[in-house]
Amino acid sequence: MVFLSLFIVNKSGGLIHHRPLGPNAPQIGTNEWLRIGSTFHSLHAIAAEASPLRLPGNKNPYGADDGIEEIHAGGLELRCFQTRTDVKFVITAEPGTSDMEYVLKEIYVLYTDCALKDPFYELEMPIRCELFTQAVDNLIEHVEKNGPSKR
Amino acid sequence: MSRAPSNILDRPLGGRGRNSSTETAVSQSAFAYLYSELVQYHQSRVASISELERRLESSGYGIGLKVLELLSYRSRESKRETRLMNILQFVSANVWKSLFGKPADSLERSIDHADEFMIVDYEPLTSTYVSVPSDLGQLSVDSFLSGIVAGVLDGAGFSARVTAHSVTLEEGEAGYGSSNSSLPPRKDKAVFLVKFSPEVLKRDTGLER
Repeated sequence: MVFLSLFIVNKSGGLIHHRPLGPNAPQIGTNEWLRIGSTFHSLHAIAAEASPLRLPGNKNPYGADDGIEEIHAGGLELRCFQTRTDVKFVITAEPGTSDMEYVLKEIYVLYTDCALKDPFYELEMPIRCELFTQAVDNLIEHVEKNGPSKR
Repeated sequence: MSRAPSNILDRPLGGRGRNSSTETAVSQSAFAYLYSELVQYHQSRVASISELERRLESSGYGIGLKVLELLSYRSRESKRETRLMNILQFVSANVWKSLFGKPADSLERSIDHADEFMIVDYEPLTSTYVSVPSDLGQLSVDSFLSGIVAGVLDGAGFSARVTAHSVTLEEGEAGYGSSNSSLPPRKDKAVFLVKFSPEVLKRDTGLER
């Protein structure tokens, strides 16, 4: 159960947040992160267009349909959650990590609490809210300590 | 046949409270968003931190006056407070309880100045979700609450200057578990410094005799 990184992409593809979540997280420079963010954004959009099926209705009650949701790779598992406002929360972890969905949803809740209710946060800008970063750290620590939990 | 009030201004604000069906409650998120907008509104119109704090204080002042009227009426006390300690007790217990559901965490008298008192709140409602950026230094968004306190005191005849300060919590100091468990525990408490005008103190010492 090891999380690697979190990154958040805004609706125009710009990276608004990135954070290593564990000791194994790769050390990536800020410019690289920006590139990763916008590449993922484009791939997400292309996947939505390239999909042969349009899913009827919204299978996800509070997210947006279509687009990349999961990537399984040899040394990596990636999960993406896109909100209705086209903000994408992407989390990466080592294979075999459970609870990624839960963590992703919790991070979304933390974003709405700590970033959106902060009068000093401008929408679509990089998130500089100390409360948010701390809350994310506490969440990851809590999940890793308590193991797979369904709260 | 009763007619439900059709005018939106006559309908009660918010839904049922947690404790009783007579109590109305508004969601904390709704308040947080509204307050966030208030702060942003003022921030776009000021040029300095102290001006922003002053604007927030004046936003809260009117509320203080009305809260005093409302609480005095509802408590059915026939006498109004004339002593300093009593009005401060009223503020830190009754006003806090009616606004935030619990009395203020402590009321202290300053050692250095006889005319200064401090009301401490470990979890002020206005700054639950706020992260003040480092370039705004010592700004306290709780200035709104200090405006409310100033309004109550002024309305009761004790003119005072009330300012809000964010003071870092010392090791092991309270924070008896955040009411919102997913947020990290607060690193600072809000201290409302109440500085009474000299004539108020003179009057109060005169009454002591």
